[in-house]
Amino acid sequence: MNAPANLALSRRLFLKTGLAVGGGLMIGAGLTETAAGAEGTPAVLSAYVRIAPDGIVTIASRNPEIGQGIKTSLPMLIAEELDVDWKDVRIEQAPVDTKVFGLQLAGGSTAMATQYDHMRQVGAVGRAMLISAAAAAWGVPVTECTAASGVVSHKSSGKRSTYGALANAAAALPAPDVAAVALKDPKDFKIVGQRIGGVDNQSIVTGKPLYGIDMVVPGMVYAVFEKCPVFGGKVVSANLDEVKALRGVKGAYIIKGGQDLDGLLDGVAIVADSWWRAEKARKSLKVVWDEGATASQSSKGFAEQAAALSKQPATLPIRNDGDAKAALAAAAHVIEAEYSYPFIAHAPLEPQNCTADVRGDKVEIWAPTQIPARGLTLVAKTLGVPEANVTVHMVRAGGGFGRRLQNDYMVEAAAISRAAGAPVKLLWNRADDMQHDFYRPGGFHYLKGGLDSAGKLVALHDHFVSFGANNAAVKFVSSGAMSGTEFPARVVDNYLLEASLIPCGIPTGPLRAPQSNALSFVLQSFIDELAHAAGKDPVEFRRELVGAPRVLGTPTSDPFDTGRMRAVLDLVAEKSGWGKTKLPARTGMGVAFYYSHKGYFAEVVQASVAATGAIKVDKVWVAGDIGRQIVNISGAENQVHGAVLDGLAQALDQEITFENGRTQQANFDSFRLLRMPQATAIEVHFLRSDNPTTGLGEPALPPVAPALCNAIFAVTGKRVRKLPIDVSLLASG
Amino acid sequence: MAMKLNVNGTMRDIDVEPDMPLLWALRDELNIKGPKLGCGAGLCGACTVHVDGAPMRSCLTPVSAVTGSKITTIEGVSSSAIGRRVQKAWIDHDVAQCGYCQAGQIMSATALLQNKPKPTDAEIDAAMAGNICRCATYNRIRAAIKDAAGVAVA
Repeated sequence: MNAPANLALSRRLFLKTGLAVGGGLMIGAGLTETAAGAEGTPAVLSAYVRIAPDGIVTIASRNPEIGQGIKTSLPMLIAEELDVDWKDVRIEQAPVDTKVFGLQLAGGSTAMATQYDHMRQVGAVGRAMLISAAAAAWGVPVTECTAASGVVSHKSSGKRSTYGALANAAAALPAPDVAAVALKDPKDFKIVGQRIGGVDNQSIVTGKPLYGIDMVVPGMVYAVFEKCPVFGGKVVSANLDEVKALRGVKGAYIIKGGQDLDGLLDGVAIVADSWWRAEKARKSLKVVWDEGATASQSSKGFAEQAAALSKQPATLPIRNDGDAKAALAAAAHVIEAEYSYPFIAHAPLEPQNCTADVRGDKVEIWAPTQIPARGLTLVAKTLGVPEANVTVHMVRAGGGFGRRLQNDYMVEAAAISRAAGAPVKLLWNRADDMQHDFYRPGGFHYLKGGLDSAGKLVALHDHFVSFGANNAAVKFVSSGAMSGTEFPARVVDNYLLEASLIPCGIPTGPLRAPQSNALSFVLQSFIDELAHAAGKDPVEFRRELVGAPRVLGTPTSDPFDTGRMRAVLDLVAEKSGWGKTKLPARTGMGVAFYYSHKGYFAEVVQASVAATGAIKVDKVWVAGDIGRQIVNISGAENQVHGAVLDGLAQALDQEITFENGRTQQANFDSFRLLRMPQATAIEVHFLRSDNPTTGLGEPALPPVAPALCNAIFAVTGKRVRKLPIDVSLLASG
Repeated sequence: MAMKLNVNGTMRDIDVEPDMPLLWALRDELNIKGPKLGCGAGLCGACTVHVDGAPMRSCLTPVSAVTGSKITTIEGVSSSAIGRRVQKAWIDHDVAQCGYCQAGQIMSATALLQNKPKPTDAEIDAAMAGNICRCATYNRIRAAIKDAAGVAVA
């Protein structure tokens, strides 16, 4: 299955029918499951809320936690409308149950956009039930009762009762009609909009076992899994007997997989009484592989094919407005440029892992995953067991970034547990993780922009050379597509976007702000080139390009609100002192903006470039509009910091290359992540427009790379057209 | 090989190969899960523990090399006042995103403050450069270290 396609489908479904993202979650889902508590135990007010006699409220967090803070922020919405004090709230991870919770997903920055109202309704329904229970007990009208801080009060009689005391009676009531339950006026919020620390912080700072890698199941053995270094290669034979004789090894198995790179692939599993012994035994493992067709592919070959394809007519039309070729021929000034960006890895710090217990046709799984239901389906299908027999537990993930939208490690653990006849904890090492990723695909853009005599952009032609699945000339690889609505599409009268595809056997997938994280670099850098060619200030040129406030597209077809973008651009220009600050020598500012995942972000980077070409990022200003409510200020600022530094790391240093169908990088020495000395100052400003609240895991990332490259141009006059930035090209004399 | 390990103030008996890395002796033999695997090569710091007070990468340290030493993991860092201050600062600044690296960050930060109670920014950079945070919470880590040290947060 293809993640972006599914998400896009779900998004359309949502917009057309009012269903929440991800398959038929009806309003009120999870609200009808009430149960009174036995003596001294909590009452169940819904699938989300339990209240104990002592007033402690346990709230289920429906989505996977991967560091985006959703385990804190979604329950904040419930607690707010339930009217309980946050100190009385305990959070637990919800079970995986699509029927009750809908699609439980950490992806696409969708949770806030789809759950903001629903979570509030969950809280408000609980509150209404508690008030009804009190009113019935006191024989007074519901309308005379109020609730606050976990207590229902009746003013005229002075009666008060705690939620803990009312919970059982409330649970016996039918859940009220969601539509009839009033939500708070946001000005009365006490929890939402505050700075609330992550709910697992105490466990994190004391080293409590929280993550998939920390799972322990009775009778568990430890597994490693060696796959072919060439993607999709097959096992011919392996020296299993030799490996089985090594200390601690309890078994070694050839696991036969299929053709689908998203599923179970061929490999050799070694199972031992400790992970290190399994890993050590792996050094003695010798496998004969049938490497398959991908063994002929390389980064160098991809670049050569892109150059060749750029000289031929494109094969895939994407968007064609006006007549770009004629307009370019007639333009006063034509700018041509070639941009490219590499494949990159997700590299979450917790390597892929999964604990699986397969007994007959029953399967139990504990996994860090961004989309557990998809993993459940994959496991059921691959093992040939009914989905109803598979239980998946979501475990806090040590980073996701899109990697754990694939559940390959989950099906591997299940297959190994079945082979070993025991519960198995599969853990990949770093090289496994880096060399068997679903990479952000690289891409090549051959651009022509035409300016009229007044410096207005009148034509844009982008021949996008991307990647297609092996033997499929017309299908983009996952996250390798480009929509026809990426700005400046729809504001340029003559706009032609077309693509050609390089056959690719390397697995690809969404990486934080998929597509946008690469396209922003190309489009916002090229816009900067056009601004300079037009002799205009880069902010002013963008203002003109964005134009008057209006919505491009329709609400159901990639809407782009030019007014919102203009507002964040103006805000970031003001906060950064754009055009007004006297900068030190060899220092400059660059600007960029991007719309992704319903968020509008504009960013300014101030950077200095030494004579050697060495880059120092001095500061980043961020202005973002994700709607009228920032749910958790602390979490929100943390996400923006992380996204900005993530984007800088990608621009400055990150590249995955292939040779003979293999990934050449294996660890953090050759694929470098940002470190403390590179962490720059970041100033975050949220512009709270009167629009629905949307997500923040992704949209702050895309503008930073082009803003940096544009700052580099401001300092050096040298245009960065290829990532990662090659500082040797920036050296002056 | 039978060995005794002094972990978080308790003598523990283990019988493993002398070349087993301390990380795996702690995690799989002693069920001390705070130190994490990130890279297995001393490049990321997620496995950082204190050996006689000094930060060490447990993924590269053979267990036989530390049998006579005092080993402190994140589970035992609160035994020192500095460790407790660092943990509190991490919570006060809501540092963590995914949180996976933070045990190692806290161990490195605590070791830094034990040696340099009032570190400069450059000293923080030097002491923390070996600890990767993939979520890039570095600005909060820096602020938390300064807070724990009682120096002004910029």
